[in-house]
Amino acid sequence: MSGALAELYQQLIIEHSRSPRNQRAVAGANRTAEGINPLCGDQITLQLRVEGDRVADVGFEGSGCAISKASASLMTGAVLGKTLAEADALFEQFHQMVTSRADAPVSDAALGKLAALAGVRAFPARVKCASLAWHTLHAALAGGGAVSTESATE
Amino acid sequence: MLDATRVREDFPILATGSDGRRLIYLDNAATTQKPRRVIDAVRQYYESSNANVHRGAYALAVRATELYEAARERVAGFVGAWGPESVVFTRGTTEAINLVATSWGRAHVRAGDSVVVTAMDHHSNLIPWQLLCREREATLRMVGVTPEGAIDQDDLRSALARGPRLVAFPFVSNALGTINPAAELVRMAHEVGAAVLIDGAQAAPHLPVDLQALDCDFFAFSGHKMLGPMGSGGLVAKPALLDAMPPYQGGGEMIAQVWDDRATWNRIPHKFEAGTPNVAAAVGLMAAMDYLDGLGRGAVAAHESALARGAIDRLGELDGVRVFGPRGDRSGVVSFVFGGIHPHDLATIVDQDGVCIRAGHHCAQPLMRRLGVPATARASFYVYNDVSDIDVLIGALRKAAALFRVSV
Repeated sequence: MSGALAELYQQLIIEHSRSPRNQRAVAGANRTAEGINPLCGDQITLQLRVEGDRVADVGFEGSGCAISKASASLMTGAVLGKTLAEADALFEQFHQMVTSRADAPVSDAALGKLAALAGVRAFPARVKCASLAWHTLHAALAGGGAVSTESATE
Repeated sequence: MLDATRVREDFPILATGSDGRRLIYLDNAATTQKPRRVIDAVRQYYESSNANVHRGAYALAVRATELYEAARERVAGFVGAWGPESVVFTRGTTEAINLVATSWGRAHVRAGDSVVVTAMDHHSNLIPWQLLCREREATLRMVGVTPEGAIDQDDLRSALARGPRLVAFPFVSNALGTINPAAELVRMAHEVGAAVLIDGAQAAPHLPVDLQALDCDFFAFSGHKMLGPMGSGGLVAKPALLDAMPPYQGGGEMIAQVWDDRATWNRIPHKFEAGTPNVAAAVGLMAAMDYLDGLGRGAVAAHESALARGAIDRLGELDGVRVFGPRGDRSGVVSFVFGGIHPHDLATIVDQDGVCIRAGHHCAQPLMRRLGVPATARASFYVYNDVSDIDVLIGALRKAAALFRVSV
């Protein structure tokens, strides 16, 4: 197996894709958005309960490839309990990471486990799989609605 | 019998690389690779015959025109059309269907009418009819598909009972590999007075096609799916229908006389070819048809069908494989899901072994919904594939299973 493929499908990604965290509806959700990737049919519905300026709960439902599922799972774990400003900052950092050159350094300190998704950079066709959940989060926090990877700039 | 090893020698992109590996191209339902003969025809056209067609008084323009019209005659012969005037060159199947939906559809479909499509139609044979029916306040009726991947005949009869204006269906399904009983479907539709459009995108490359015998009214096809250049293809229609249809696009070439506020139209098929056509693509398509006839179209169909059956047998050796579509006679398209691994992950992983397969909804989202899957993986075979390609595919799938810890 090539190094790039092993990097993409590393243990953490496989594990989160097979046992996604927070794959559930959120009780008392007050922010929601649906994200689709029309090219491949990946679909995610994201729900959040925001209390004050904090993400008190977050969950996702839908179907998708291992990368999009793992990304949604890791994302929900990363933003749970964060302030909206912190969640937005994570969105920006994640977006920068997956759209950077494949050999650009990745800041583990800022991204933590999310850095595991840096492997998509070697597979341009899969970047949208990793970013679908994040664009959906962005839409949910911006007021909800629907988001499509084909209207996002990647 | 086709000798795929020898056929591959005609395709530069399939040559074995310096690393000893070669491309295992199994996405032929999307587009096909091009033999040297087609590439040379396009290059030679630009090197020695390029001029605008149907208007130059000089020898070079005459030569370009003669080549373009020879390609038209070649298409007519290749699909058993009613004559060269029944062949309108388009960018491909999609444009051909849009032409019919726009020109014929607006002239014939009124409020309250119905148009029939099937649940196995490609979006290109669905969306143009959705647009037309919305505009005309007509009903779009989608006929179902049986669990075996055939058009549901009972549902079709019920749709026909309403007396639709037009029935559209694919000769061969791009997602299932089903070869529909086209002549029978045409006869059923004609009995209730409906016009018939056949999406031939997956048929023209793979099966002998005789439109006069089929008796359909419209047939759309793409050259790039049959070894020809991208941007080649056409609409083939009964001349009387074309003659009565209003123009599709306006511009040069499609007119007879033009005044300040009106114009008259050129004769068919030129009435439907506004603007400068893709002459090089037509010339390349002619070379592709020559190449396919050289292989023998019956042999091509038998070769693909045997590969599809072989692939289904080999996939059956893996636990957790579900193959969609008919078990019996089918084209060279094999759609499947495997081990709970998403098709996109499969496609990325087998690509590491140089295997190109399709993953996704195959531009057939209504069908995917009925199959109960968001996406499938699809291997589609053509003249340069052989059993060694299937071996590589199966090996690559085993690697994917290992990566995802799926037992096979």
